[in-house]
Amino acid sequence: MHDFNYHKTSNIEEAVKVHMGAEDGTYMAGGQTLLPTLKQRLAAPTDIIDIAGVTELNTITVSDDVSLGSMATHASVANSSEVSSAIPALATLAAGIGDPQVRNRGTIGGSVANNDPAADYPAACLALNATITTNRRKIVADDFFTGMFETALEENELITSVSFPKPDKAAYMKFPNPASRYAIVGVFVALFGTDVRVAVTGAGDNGVFRPTEIENSLSSSFTASALDDTTISPDDLLSDIHAQSDYRASLIITMAKRAVAAAS
Amino acid sequence: MPDGVIGTGIGAVVKRVEDFRFLTGNGNYTDDINRPGQTYAYMLRSPHAHATINSIDTAVAEAAPGVVAVFTGDDMQVGGLPCGWQIHSEDGSPMHEPPHPSLAQGKVRHVGDQVAVVIAETLEQAKTAATLINIDYGILPAVMDMKAAEAGGTLVHEEIETNKCYDWGIGDKSAVDEALASSAHITEIDIVNNRLIPNAMEPRAAVAEFNKATSEYTVYTTSQNPHVIRLLMGAFVLSVPEHKLRIIAPDVGGGFGSKIFLYAEETIITWASTKVGRPIKWTAERSESFMTDAHGRDHVTHAKLGMDENGIFTALKVETYANMGAYLSTFATSVPTYLYATLLAGVYKTPVIYANVKAIFTNTVPVDAYRGAGRPEASYLLERIVDRAAREMGIEQVDIRQRNMISADAFPYQTPVALEYDSGDYQATLASAMKLAETSGFDLRKKESQARGKKRGIGYSTYIEACGIAPSAVAGALGARAGLYESAEVRVHPTGSVTVFTGSHSHGQGHETTFAQIVSEQLGIPIENIEINHGDTGNVQFGMGTYGSRSLAVGGEALLRATNKIIDKASKIAAHCLEAAVDDIEFKEGNFTVSGTDKSMAFGEVALTAYVPHNFPHDELEPGLDETAFYDPANFTFPGGCHICEVEIDPETGVTEVKNFTAVDDIGRVINPMIVEGQVHGGVAQGIGQALLEGCSYDSDGQLLTGSYMDYTMPRADNVPNFKVGTQSTLCTHNTLGVKGVGEVGAIGSPPAVINAIVDALSDMGVTDISMPATPSKVWQSIQSAKASS
Amino acid sequence: MPTVTMRVNGKTVSGEVEARTLLVQFLREHLRLTGTHVGCDTSQCGACVVHVDGNSAKSCTMLAVQAIDADITTIEGLADGETLHPMQEAFRNNHGLQCGFCTPGMVMSAVDLVNKNPTASETEIREWLEGNICRCTGYHNIVKSIQEAAENVGG
Repeated sequence: MHDFNYHKTSNIEEAVKVHMGAEDGTYMAGGQTLLPTLKQRLAAPTDIIDIAGVTELNTITVSDDVSLGSMATHASVANSSEVSSAIPALATLAAGIGDPQVRNRGTIGGSVANNDPAADYPAACLALNATITTNRRKIVADDFFTGMFETALEENELITSVSFPKPDKAAYMKFPNPASRYAIVGVFVALFGTDVRVAVTGAGDNGVFRPTEIENSLSSSFTASALDDTTISPDDLLSDIHAQSDYRASLIITMAKRAVAAAS
Repeated sequence: MPDGVIGTGIGAVVKRVEDFRFLTGNGNYTDDINRPGQTYAYMLRSPHAHATINSIDTAVAEAAPGVVAVFTGDDMQVGGLPCGWQIHSEDGSPMHEPPHPSLAQGKVRHVGDQVAVVIAETLEQAKTAATLINIDYGILPAVMDMKAAEAGGTLVHEEIETNKCYDWGIGDKSAVDEALASSAHITEIDIVNNRLIPNAMEPRAAVAEFNKATSEYTVYTTSQNPHVIRLLMGAFVLSVPEHKLRIIAPDVGGGFGSKIFLYAEETIITWASTKVGRPIKWTAERSESFMTDAHGRDHVTHAKLGMDENGIFTALKVETYANMGAYLSTFATSVPTYLYATLLAGVYKTPVIYANVKAIFTNTVPVDAYRGAGRPEASYLLERIVDRAAREMGIEQVDIRQRNMISADAFPYQTPVALEYDSGDYQATLASAMKLAETSGFDLRKKESQARGKKRGIGYSTYIEACGIAPSAVAGALGARAGLYESAEVRVHPTGSVTVFTGSHSHGQGHETTFAQIVSEQLGIPIENIEINHGDTGNVQFGMGTYGSRSLAVGGEALLRATNKIIDKASKIAAHCLEAAVDDIEFKEGNFTVSGTDKSMAFGEVALTAYVPHNFPHDELEPGLDETAFYDPANFTFPGGCHICEVEIDPETGVTEVKNFTAVDDIGRVINPMIVEGQVHGGVAQGIGQALLEGCSYDSDGQLLTGSYMDYTMPRADNVPNFKVGTQSTLCTHNTLGVKGVGEVGAIGSPPAVINAIVDALSDMGVTDISMPATPSKVWQSIQSAKASS
Repeated sequence: MPTVTMRVNGKTVSGEVEARTLLVQFLREHLRLTGTHVGCDTSQCGACVVHVDGNSAKSCTMLAVQAIDADITTIEGLADGETLHPMQEAFRNNHGLQCGFCTPGMVMSAVDLVNKNPTASETEIREWLEGNICRCTGYHNIVKSIQEAAENVGG
């Protein structure tokens, strides 16, 4: 790992200010993605701005929607009884990210800002139409995820919270990569009144996406059998040693069906 | 054998004495060791599978902060890493042994090949400096496919003018061809035994230092056999005599074969320690382990099994391509020959067998022994072809095995492929495993799975293996360049406590407990009074080390024989003190008694007498009580058994879940049942890993695609079930202990049971084969292909 | 270079480290607490698991500076002198370790599980161990050890 200047910050303003003053700064939340990247010398920031001490970002608030501070760890979301009763699928998703040690330190803000194509949270954001709040603005999920490892975030911009509207029903089903345990296919389905939103992670060659074929089928009937004749084209799906694109296409339908069946 | 007298003898469940230090963080592994003034080495490795090195410029790196020295192949002009077993091809010619330099000499031959070493004050400084070394590579096509490589084209080693290391055979080819020609049915199969990456959890590491005052080297290294490392590194590579080279293998975090071999890195830093005049530490990062630890398996085989109209085997013909990788690792050449083809009779009476093995060089990591080493390849081939033969002949899986098994009264049994099995009862292990696995309830369980939309299958594997390669004279005649004995010294201290020095290294097997149990049983003393010392060539007289499940059968027997010498001498001392004839002395429960009297001496009293010899038979004996035995076995031992696997497959996703796994093994006498079960559990998990999860994958350019745990699937806790494990033992007939070995049975017996279960589950869909690892993706694809063709 | 101060196994310790120093390096190289191991470079094997403020964490995926003022427990801090922690005792009783290399991380992870879920089922135990790889035991006896420890702790 290359060395860097380390800054421990205690409020948003300070964190942003330090970032602006850095030559090539990066925020660090839980560090569960950043540190492995640095260890492999795949990145060499001059400054790391640690926002773990920014306590205002740790909050979990459930009212009309579920608002997770960007520093909320996966473990705290998974174990929150409020989240579990408001959007059970969100708690389940958080409980399935990485392993227990990653969940103890990894955060929603870090996950969403990184937009790893195999990460789980982006699927929840997109399917639940979440709003990502930063130190500058609010961005809806449809506009936020712009491509693999790409987001609408600008230089120095810091996610402060992510708000999820409560669906009538939702569920997340993940098919993990046998080695890394990241999603090969993760499907989040959500029903808001008569509106159906579905998001797929792990499979798209441009990151998380909404499969319109599945959304259309489920809009007519939010049942697993509604997907019996639905297919997904493998054309824009990832293909690697763990899963060819046709297999991923099939898994998307299977996981979508299982998610619909499990939705509550 | 003396009777078990105290609770720590043979057969007792004794909690391991080594556990306290491991559980409290007080283990002492190589990377935990730091020497004063220590520097750190970082290996600059080839990013290419095959390339010439046109030039290397190290000037900038040498001037980088903290750098102590940079060395390349030009600097390190020493002997190459030797191969320990010479194979002769069928035409009588010796195998090709191209040079195996520690630092590349003008050419790199696999991704990860060492090109330069940077030694610096800190590891980070060494790593940074390595990025400043400028190398001009001339990239060559990578030799990856074994059959194409055999035909020629690009050569991994130009100097040998071929990519074929040897073309070896065993058995009577014309008799096999004749028998096949007159067989009622021939079952054929194409089998790939997938390349595995061993992944002991402790990465390899070494610390080397040179003492200028004494001209002695001390090397701490992660080895299963420090004396072998001393011999190979000292005599063949660095020309350092043994008395000036001390190799210490302290606590070692698993080996599974991968830590048998002499590796470049430990050799490089030992050599460099004189150049820099300071201790040097090198520790592999896991990504380096993936591209430098010797890999395992990697066979491509075509086989034919002939049968008569009743499914009785008439002949077996096997043609195997075995991947050697880029260089010959220490025991690579013996694995696909004497540890593989000699096992092709399995537990069956097949009258004639012929096997041909072609060993091929490719631009991949060297391949050598990995848990099982050759024997899993043999059992997988046999049990897959038998499974298929049963299906083709319409005979039940159990039935075809029973029809062909060597019967319990046929021992000793001479196979057509050189081995003579001494004991076994294959029908009994099969019956015992079926009972434990509750196979009679399988049909019900299958229906229950069906009701949930799942496909259930059951697979059998009745296997045999061979442990403790021996005797040395025979092994030598077959090409081994080392002896295959083991040694033990039993040093009885004046107060009656005992230190054992054994050449069998322990890196998870629990020798500090089981070897102490043997001594406890023999001498009638509690294991608290027994210390097992291993791993340091400065302490231990000699040793061939731990691999091939040989520790107990060879090292344990050596220990037993050393304790017998102790008892003999102690009896004479006791006879003298008790004024009785030696023949009248009985040794039991730690006491020497004059038979028929109450005159006796405790073991501790005799020990004290041996060292305070005031009243001592000086005319007959020397003082002291310290005996050594070297034991060279008369034959291999032959553990065997039956593994039964039940899987459940989700046809929508291709996910295979192992629902039940049962292993009943014949491992001879059991010293510690708890440790035996643990060995079987671990081996079976590795076998399930090979069958379902693990597979090393390269692209056509020789880039390793499975170079970390992100892509190489290690078995984790949720990939395996609780195992049902039992033993059904016959005793080995040629060692006193009656032991056979247990370290590898799990990894040898299990893979075909898993794959046979998958084929069984999917057979009604038309699936007849699936290659390892049977990943969800692969299972799903075969279901799709079967659907498409039905 | 930053100075870090933290509590490790109940004692306050401090040291000067480069910012890039990982917690595991600080423990092993500065404090010579070599019970915590490094088995991979991709944050997956779990040989390095310690407790940070009562929660298990991978000390290879955490900077020493992130642990400033934190309360760290390593494997060396688990036993009470010669008296093993119930989890250590259960691993010994059930042959839950062989080579011992993954063991410290495995035990620290297991302690965190039993603290949080003393009635964990076999499935929950196996799932919890996703972040801890063992090559020796086949997990059978590790699971058994954790079940026994959970019972003994009074779950």
